[in-house]
Amino acid sequence: MNLFETIRIALNGLATNRLRAVLTTLGIIIGVGAVIALVSLGRGVENYISGQFEALGSNVLFVFSAPPATGSENGIQPITTVEAEDLANPTIAPSIQQIALEYQIGGTVIAGSKRTVIPISGVTPNFSEVRNWVTREGAFITQSDLDSSSRVAVLGTTIVDRLFGSKDLNPIGQQVRINGFVFNVIGVLEERASGFFGDENDVVFIPLTTAQTRLSKSRTRDGGYQVSVFHVQARSKEVMDSAVNEINAYLSTAHNIEFRGEEDFQIINQADLLTSLGRITGVLTAFLALIASISLLVGGIGIMNIMLVSVTERTREIGLRKAVGARGLDIMSQFLIESVVLSILGGLIGVALGWVGTLIGGVLAPDLELSVTLDAILLATIVSSAVGIIFGLYPAGRAARMRPIDALRFE
Amino acid sequence: MFNWFSKNGKHKTEPERPTERRVVIDVQDVTKVYKMGEVEVHALRGVSLQIYEGEVVSIMGPSGSGKSTLMNILGCLDQPSSGIYRLDGVDVSVMPEQDLARIRNKKIGFVFQSFNLLKRTSALRQVELPLIYGGTSGRGKKARAALEAVGLGQRLDHLPSELSGGQQQRVAIARALVNEPAMILADEPTGNLDSRSGTEVMQIFQSLNREKGMTTVFVTHDPWIARHTQRVIMLRDGIIIADREVANPLIAGEVERPSEAEELEGLFRDAYYGGKKEEYN
Ligand SMILES: Nc1ncnc2c1ncn2[C@@H]1O[C@H](COP(=O)(O)OP(=O)(O)OP(=O)(O)O)[C@@H](O)[C@H]1O
Ligand SMILES: [Mg+2]
Repeated sequence: MNLFETIRIALNGLATNRLRAVLTTLGIIIGVGAVIALVSLGRGVENYISGQFEALGSNVLFVFSAPPATGSENGIQPITTVEAEDLANPTIAPSIQQIALEYQIGGTVIAGSKRTVIPISGVTPNFSEVRNWVTREGAFITQSDLDSSSRVAVLGTTIVDRLFGSKDLNPIGQQVRINGFVFNVIGVLEERASGFFGDENDVVFIPLTTAQTRLSKSRTRDGGYQVSVFHVQARSKEVMDSAVNEINAYLSTAHNIEFRGEEDFQIINQADLLTSLGRITGVLTAFLALIASISLLVGGIGIMNIMLVSVTERTREIGLRKAVGARGLDIMSQFLIESVVLSILGGLIGVALGWVGTLIGGVLAPDLELSVTLDAILLATIVSSAVGIIFGLYPAGRAARMRPIDALRFE
Repeated sequence: MFNWFSKNGKHKTEPERPTERRVVIDVQDVTKVYKMGEVEVHALRGVSLQIYEGEVVSIMGPSGSGKSTLMNILGCLDQPSSGIYRLDGVDVSVMPEQDLARIRNKKIGFVFQSFNLLKRTSALRQVELPLIYGGTSGRGKKARAALEAVGLGQRLDHLPSELSGGQQQRVAIARALVNEPAMILADEPTGNLDSRSGTEVMQIFQSLNREKGMTTVFVTHDPWIARHTQRVIMLRDGIIIADREVANPLIAGEVERPSEAEELEGLFRDAYYGGKKEEYN
């Protein structure tokens, strides 16, 4: 009895009940399709998010004030312009290329009859370089704007839209009121595609000094001004860790930090963000895969159910086959092949379905760059044939163990 | 009823026969007990018999006497509760199932009362089945030859649903003989057939015996069928109560079976012909 004959018998067995075979595989089809589609969706989201973070600039660190992990009762000492100047000094922090400063205050912006409430960012001129902000019209904040604390503003397109009625308008030369002060609009930023961080065009930039001195009083004990975020550009990706250490060492001294955990500032490395986000999206993907696997399991149980029905239904056939010389192994392989053929068939159709689903997803969410990977297909095929074997084993074993005379007498 | 038994046997249960003939079936004190929960059914209570190569034997007996039980043991479909069964000199009463499958395949052709053909499978494929499980080559040719031998050369591609009962049983016979077994066992092969189809089936068995010396064992309830065999074994309540040779076995189809009308003759009181209607009241 060769394999070819067994396969032929198994296929004939399936062919006699086509509709049932198809319905049986439905569970596997859906399961595998879901695995393929959801895994590629999960991967797409992962890639998308890490892509967004890389766009931040891979050698940028963020430093900001934060309550100490130990919950120390001393008040938080803010980070200041003086500290930033020190850190920009290569003898103190040789790994740092430059630092862009940002000081955020709450603001109300009014143009004509329209108003919007939004955090206003006072920034240094190099902010545009460190954070890749390019102006669409006009210019970014300059050193002389900074030196004279001039009342000029650079607007994101969303703000232009809200204040002037259309984001395509050119508002340069117009005036807006920010917290009661009149500002000249000197530039409009290039629109950024909204992504993981939400709408990034929802910004108003003014000179750092203007924010620190005119819109608020943010002097600090060290004679400088308070800053919300240091956007630190390291000399290269490779020296990110030493940059972190240098900042840590300097700020710990400046803030009189004696023990780890008492730091009242936080340094965020993009790589850290990426790994923790990767962990989240990884969990997301695993979760999707789990849900899909559950439907595979259900599909497998469906196959087992139908195979058990089929074995019972064909008890007399089994008896007859045994009576003319079929061994237990022959019967076993006949039914096992049936269930494996069913599940592989379902797996292949499922792959096709998952593929189609992925293509549709790609059309609906073009940012995600969804694609079906070979490993997902291999996995689905292996898993579905494993499902066929595992869930076919019991019914096939039951058929194989039947005594010929009992099987023949079965009504 | 059994006046066609020969009276020259030495023992009632052990007919004389030439010594050079080989024993195909050798059953020694075989019993079969079915356990149905608390109740034990003794289907066979100690059966011993020998069947020789080339014999055509019928097993008779009332319903429930253990005929099918015995046949299933002879056909290696079931195993005895105790006792020894040697088939072609090999003790098969304690053989593992895997080896029994091989014996069923190579040495035994079993014919069932209910044909037991596979649904939606052509006659040719049905007959190929034992060859497939036996790993035999040249299947198509052998299966076709077997079907031709039972007169179904023109029905190779027919499905069971496209064949008459007699034809279906002939397919089953072709399936039984295609592997050239040592013997054919048939449990009431004509039980589901009309007398004409029954006679055809008997003709096939007889010619197989005549031409190939095929050992054949039948179960039948029909004395007319039994008269076509050489030897009759009577079972009752799981034991052999008679084992005799048939004096002049009939050749199937040669002697016309008494028609039903003839058999019914003498059954009735004198028929009433003519007369007036009122006489029935
Ligand atoms: N699988 C079984 N389980 C329990 N009892 C059984 C089984 N098979 C047969 N028997 C019992 O064994 C006895 C003999 O049965 P068997 O089928 O051999 O009779 P038989 O002579 O073939 O009868 P029939 O002429 O009606 O076919 C009966 O009493 C029957 O009830
Ligand atoms: Mg019976």
